Amino acid sequence: MTQIAVTVNGTRREADVEPRTLLVYFLREQLGLTGTNVGCDTSSCGACTVHLDGESVKSCTLLAVQADGREVMTIEALAEADGTLHPLQDAFHRHHGLQCGYCTPGMLMAAASYLKENPTPTEAEVRESLEGNLCRCTGYQNIVESILDAAGQMSGAKS
Amino acid sequence: MATEAHEDQAEIRGIGHSVKRKEDARFIRGKGNYIDDIHLPGMLYMAILRSPFAHAKLNGIDASRAQAVPGVVAVVTGELMAQHNLAWMPTMSGDTQAVLVTDKVRFQGQEVAAVIAEDPYVAKDAVELIDVDYDALDVVVSPQQALASDAPVIRDEKDGQTDNHIYHWESGDADATDRAFADADRVVSLDTFYPRSHPAPLETCGCIADVDGATGQATIYMTSQAPHAIRTVFALVAGLPEENIRIVSPDLGGGFGNKVPVYPGYVVATAASLLLGRPVKWIEDRSENLISTGFARDFHMHGELALKNDGTMLGLRTSLLADEGAFHADAQPSKFKVGLFHVVTGSYDMSAAHVVADGYYTNKAPGGVAYRCSFRVTEASYLIERLVQNAAYELGMDPADLRKKNFIRKDQFPYETPTGFVYDSGDYHGAMDLALEKIGYAELREEQERKRAEGKLWGIGLASFTEAVGAGPHKDYDILGLKMNDGAELRIHPTGKGILKISSKTQGQGHETTFAQIVAEEIGIQPEDIKVQHGDTDNTPYGLGTYASRSTPTVGAATAMVSRRVIEKARKIAAHLLEVAEEDVEFTRPTFSVRGAPDKAVTIQDVAFAAYTNFPDGMESGLEAAYYYDPPNLTFPFGTYAVAVEVDRETGVWQVTRMVAVDDCGVRINPMIVEGQIHGGLTEGYGIAAMEQITFDETGNCIGSNFIDYLLPTAVETPRFELGETVTPSPHHPIGAKGVGESATVGSPAAYVNAVIDALWPLGVRNIDMPLTSAKVWEAIEAAKAPA
Ligand code: FES
Ligand code: FES
Repeated sequence: MTQIAVTVNGTRREADVEPRTLLVYFLREQLGLTGTNVGCDTSSCGACTVHLDGESVKSCTLLAVQADGREVMTIEALAEADGTLHPLQDAFHRHHGLQCGYCTPGMLMAAASYLKENPTPTEAEVRESLEGNLCRCTGYQNIVESILDAAGQMSGAKS
Repeated sequence: MATEAHEDQAEIRGIGHSVKRKEDARFIRGKGNYIDDIHLPGMLYMAILRSPFAHAKLNGIDASRAQAVPGVVAVVTGELMAQHNLAWMPTMSGDTQAVLVTDKVRFQGQEVAAVIAEDPYVAKDAVELIDVDYDALDVVVSPQQALASDAPVIRDEKDGQTDNHIYHWESGDADATDRAFADADRVVSLDTFYPRSHPAPLETCGCIADVDGATGQATIYMTSQAPHAIRTVFALVAGLPEENIRIVSPDLGGGFGNKVPVYPGYVVATAASLLLGRPVKWIEDRSENLISTGFARDFHMHGELALKNDGTMLGLRTSLLADEGAFHADAQPSKFKVGLFHVVTGSYDMSAAHVVADGYYTNKAPGGVAYRCSFRVTEASYLIERLVQNAAYELGMDPADLRKKNFIRKDQFPYETPTGFVYDSGDYHGAMDLALEKIGYAELREEQERKRAEGKLWGIGLASFTEAVGAGPHKDYDILGLKMNDGAELRIHPTGKGILKISSKTQGQGHETTFAQIVAEEIGIQPEDIKVQHGDTDNTPYGLGTYASRSTPTVGAATAMVSRRVIEKARKIAAHLLEVAEEDVEFTRPTFSVRGAPDKAVTIQDVAFAAYTNFPDGMESGLEAAYYYDPPNLTFPFGTYAVAVEVDRETGVWQVTRMVAVDDCGVRINPMIVEGQIHGGLTEGYGIAAMEQITFDETGNCIGSNFIDYLLPTAVETPRFELGETVTPSPHHPIGAKGVGESATVGSPAAYVNAVIDALWPLGVRNIDMPLTSAKVWEAIEAAKAPA
């Protein structure tokens, strides 16, 4: 067992983990943050996407010990503390950017970090940015529209 | 005035409104409740040992090393299951399937043993320590091999089974078809293989079995599209009293048919919970999902179309070889061995057709479920649409014109097909014309001429599908004898809000929203005030579940009918409140008013309150009803898809430049959700056409056991879709709706492939079997170039 201290969604969490424990299992099983999903075992699907120090990562490709001393944010913290939705969450709802919802947390987290990098992307750029996130239900079109809409809202709000 | 009161009310967001989905609230916050999110106190974890061989005799299992691992609670083998008479289970098609192997393994990935442990990692570690002694046997990986006289018999444990043949099935009239062919000027034929694919929902399958030793109550949380049918099967398999079984299907991360069957893991976990007295969780990993659970298609098809030189279609002949894997586990209506494949005459008026099909066992995973397809309608639609396109070229006709010449005309409905379907309604010309107009067909053909002159490979593909969905009428449709009828229960609470309980199970289709809209349409209570309950067999009416695009045709109809029943009673209460005779009460949702005195009125909410507080003497209190719907017929959605592609001559890479999809699914309840379903289907159809395939090497090794080998479309290559609609209501459905969830997976593969073949036809390419990977397309171009 290895002791780690990770700041998860703004709260410092200390825990003993087996060295081989994947970050996604640590989040789901040890911390009970089940919003982050698992869809594969080959780092292909992106359902497990979270933010590590502000950048999106596939939490099934990292060990929990690699998050030691760092900050993790999961879907559970994407909305504001008062419950106000992130513009991406709102846009996914308005544009029917989700069906079964299984890919959705990963999609939202991937898009949230991508829009920080590129606040005014084109449709093609959004599609490129989602290459590591599979969705089996929506055909991506409404996801892409949701992200473009949210990008507009967010950059409009800033300017 | 009542009319004013009505205008004051917010508009009822019933049928035709793109109501934003109720289910989104939890999913966008990461608050979905999928199977692996559920945690029960004292829960154990199960991992399954699977066979590395496709066909091998089992000599023995030594689990002592696994048993010794700290944290391991039990190792379950076939021998133990056999002691409880659970080593085999029935399949949805009336065959049997091994739960855990006792005699020999029959496909790679078959369930051999299971470890139950305190921790999921420990269970997985211990599985590696089970020693199994196998003797490899000869392997059969195709129906062509299976039917050879010297093929090893895969199901030698079955009484009287001396070969690998499962069924022979025919439909249509062979003599009439022979006569049609005798009259033909031309016969166009096609041999094509619809490859094995996998629904691969993003969430894999799993369960938590929780059997209470004291009470015998078995609560099984399970990724199931058909919880009620599963409950009955469990009662039959395990001999448990059905009232003590409760199946709870939580939020499902997609299904697409994958979550219809009973899988051995469910049975072993339940047996383990029964024996150990603790909840047992089993969650598949991705490779287990791809190698062992319900695949789709794997259909070798031969088709012949008889035509006159002017393009008139006379008849169709098809013969099929179905690769069913090691156990025949198709979930098909009992009467139809190859599902509804006999809808293969498609959108065309022809006098005769004959379908012959044979199913074979092979050393491959069982399942044969429909991957987003109503019982093999997908294969049928693909075959006829590929044949028609090729026939057009051979006749020197435009593929659009050949189709239009032979479409069943609007005035011919209801139309009886030569294989016995009665199509309820259609306007095939209307959908085709709209698709051609939207894509600019005439201009595209001109552009194609110019591009061809420049040496470019450009293609336009069409597909005009007709689906048969909504099984079904009780006289023809059952699974394991269970009639395919579905129920709905509606209860209105005193405050005028309600709960609708349905037998279907959403996997992303938005039932919690759509079905509330049907209630809203019928009784005038807004959809947000109607909670929709589904997936829990203790709390929903019986029904066969959600697959084969059947929820709207069956449960949607039940929902409309139960709402009407509630209104019948509400009218009586309204008459009491308004102090008039029932016949004098008019209902214009949400208001009951007195005929001729419209200012005397009460709302459905007033009536609901009165149902518990002020109901007439002699009447039962409450406002609720139940309804089980027996569809008088299937519904027959249709449409035309048009695709433009550009193929790179040097690499074989092809790109969709336009994709227009015109669907007619009758009345659309929630247009936004319908379009979402079509987007999803067009994408899965694209995946099937372009990349998705599970293959096997000659020793039965499964290739395609993870998302690196089994490719799914990403946002980058998935086309942008342009949708169109026509609306031809179903005449027999209470709200005129037809199923739509699968139309696009059924219709689109042929459109994509036809487009690529259209591009390559001048080179002499006549067919490429799916998936059309760039390597296969390149090979076809090279082969066409090579001197004959
Ligand atoms: S679960 Fe992490 S990429 Fe699939
Ligand atoms: S919404 Fe189901 S996988 Fe994306």
